[in-house]
Amino acid sequence: MIEVVERSRCISCDICIQVCPTRVFDRGADGIPVIARPDSCQTCFQCEAYCPTDALFVAPLVAAVPGDSRFRDIDELTTTGLLGGYRRELGWGHGRALGARTAIGPEFPD
Amino acid sequence: MRRDGTALVAEGDADVLVLGGGPAATWAAIAAARAGAQVTLADKGYCGTSGATASGGNNLWYVPPDAAAREESIQRFEQAGGLLTDRAWMARTLELTWAQVAQLDHWGYPFPTDADGCVRRSSLQGPEYMRLMRRQVRRAGVRILDQSPALELLADADGVVSGARGVHRQRTDAGWAVRAGAVVLATGGCAFLSGALGCNPNTGDGHLMAAELGAEMSGMEFSAAYGIAPAFGAQTKGRMYQFARYYHADGTLLDLPAGLSARLEVCRATLHGPVYARLDLAPPQIREAMRWAQPNFFLPLDKAGVDPFTDLFEIRLVLEGTVRGTGGIALAGDGCETTVPGLYAAGDAATRELVTGSRSGGGSHNGAWAMSSGTLAGRSAALFARRPVPGHGQLRAVGRAGLPGPDAEPAPADPVPPDEVIRNVQAEVLPPARNMFRTAAGLRDSVRRLDQVWTDQVPRLGPRSGRQRAREAAAMTAHARWMYAAALDRQESRGLHRRDDCPGTDPALARRLRVGGLDDVWVAAEAG
Repeated sequence: MIEVVERSRCISCDICIQVCPTRVFDRGADGIPVIARPDSCQTCFQCEAYCPTDALFVAPLVAAVPGDSRFRDIDELTTTGLLGGYRRELGWGHGRALGARTAIGPEFPD
Repeated sequence: MRRDGTALVAEGDADVLVLGGGPAATWAAIAAARAGAQVTLADKGYCGTSGATASGGNNLWYVPPDAAAREESIQRFEQAGGLLTDRAWMARTLELTWAQVAQLDHWGYPFPTDADGCVRRSSLQGPEYMRLMRRQVRRAGVRILDQSPALELLADADGVVSGARGVHRQRTDAGWAVRAGAVVLATGGCAFLSGALGCNPNTGDGHLMAAELGAEMSGMEFSAAYGIAPAFGAQTKGRMYQFARYYHADGTLLDLPAGLSARLEVCRATLHGPVYARLDLAPPQIREAMRWAQPNFFLPLDKAGVDPFTDLFEIRLVLEGTVRGTGGIALAGDGCETTVPGLYAAGDAATRELVTGSRSGGGSHNGAWAMSSGTLAGRSAALFARRPVPGHGQLRAVGRAGLPGPDAEPAPADPVPPDEVIRNVQAEVLPPARNMFRTAAGLRDSVRRLDQVWTDQVPRLGPRSGRQRAREAAAMTAHARWMYAAALDRQESRGLHRRDDCPGTDPALARRLRVGGLDDVWVAAEAG
């Protein structure tokens, strides 16, 4: 579930508001997106993939976490590389190689 | 102003209106535009992120144009699909998938190259694929309405589908109406808001809209598709579990039969206590490749600090309904026509019984089907759309369930919140004990309660400001009733449809079932 909109990184581009498939965000009065409908979040990580500044973090849990959770600690999320991790793996962002280019899995039986 | 008091902010015309924004919708929009049609695409979410594919990805049923190879594959899947498939549709799907993958290559999809220098084109990463499709839809000159769920279809005096109307989710009380020569439903399957990865927009809205004009469904009994997810999360991508072994809470291995029924027994075990998984069977040298293949499988595990190769993690079953199941709107012709004139169906909104039978199409057939059926639906809709369409004033909005009446009749005195209807429907379809391991007695109980929801609660859905949610609630109710009516009728087990009271497969029942109706649900074996 979406847990973090990091104000210091957000550039108010509104992309997360536009791309969220379940309409979780509203634009705040100051331009920073507000998590208006957290219960609608389906933990699909698409907002993370599309955020150009890695300002969003979607925890892997389908239930909300307590305020002191490590999933809300922006410093820890940054140090551990979890913030922006999905975009990095997709290879989205300037100067990155697209992840799909190397997406060859082992052969599975049908 | 429309009948329910909302202002229309976008009233327009198109030759072809495509509802949905996933692979089938985008292929349909592009095909229709290439056939010369003016196209509008209206998606509930954002075309590029919404739906089952964008958050996950597709493996494709992808066989080179070699007659022997294709014949072998068709025969194999005919058997696996419980002999319910259609050879002509299978051949057509293989042909179109081959052509459209070449098209993706031409558009610059970054297909990977393997160690032997071969380009691998049989798998598509969801976010990359759908980002590219959106770009191509725009390039084709299609007008996109994002965050614009359709609520109901428009029909002319003869009942020919001539457009749709809906709402803009991000602009309160604003609606849209598009008059069109033909409509393609590519609204996805229905996963009943179970939380399966990326599937919450898929609530069966298109099926309800189609049924209100008399469209029929097929394959609805093959709807008991469940994904395995880590108990804490929503990640239902299943392929990596081929390398899993399963454990009880005390760390002992589950005692499983060999072969195909193993997975079923894992699911059954979850009814009796917690079950844990670990990808024990993945040899160390392929683990890095597994990560590259499906980064989004590993993403939530990494975030949660779980190493699936060394740590046991609890699993749960999440319903994927007719997203990974095969049921959907029945087709009446080779161009993805439905039984309603002017209305076409593609992707998971349409039945996939023709190409995958009783077996889940989630592994590769659904992805191929989305490309092929989308392309066919778009082309034939563009042809049909070359007809005079009456003006907006002559069109009727034909939606009923969950919508206010035609003359803005007063709101019901005791409105039922949509979420209450949704909870009632979920109670019947989400539990594996009820839906995966079916019995006549259990199904009859569910049908009785679902009928009650339809007759007592759906007509009182309110308040009016929640029209979209009310429509979703009505759509899910109708979907569940079709699923279980067909499931009761099929007194055997076949593919995704398991009847614990009739565990065997009856060779005499190797025929497709049609189901339809809203107030009165009916089931009939398909002719021929």
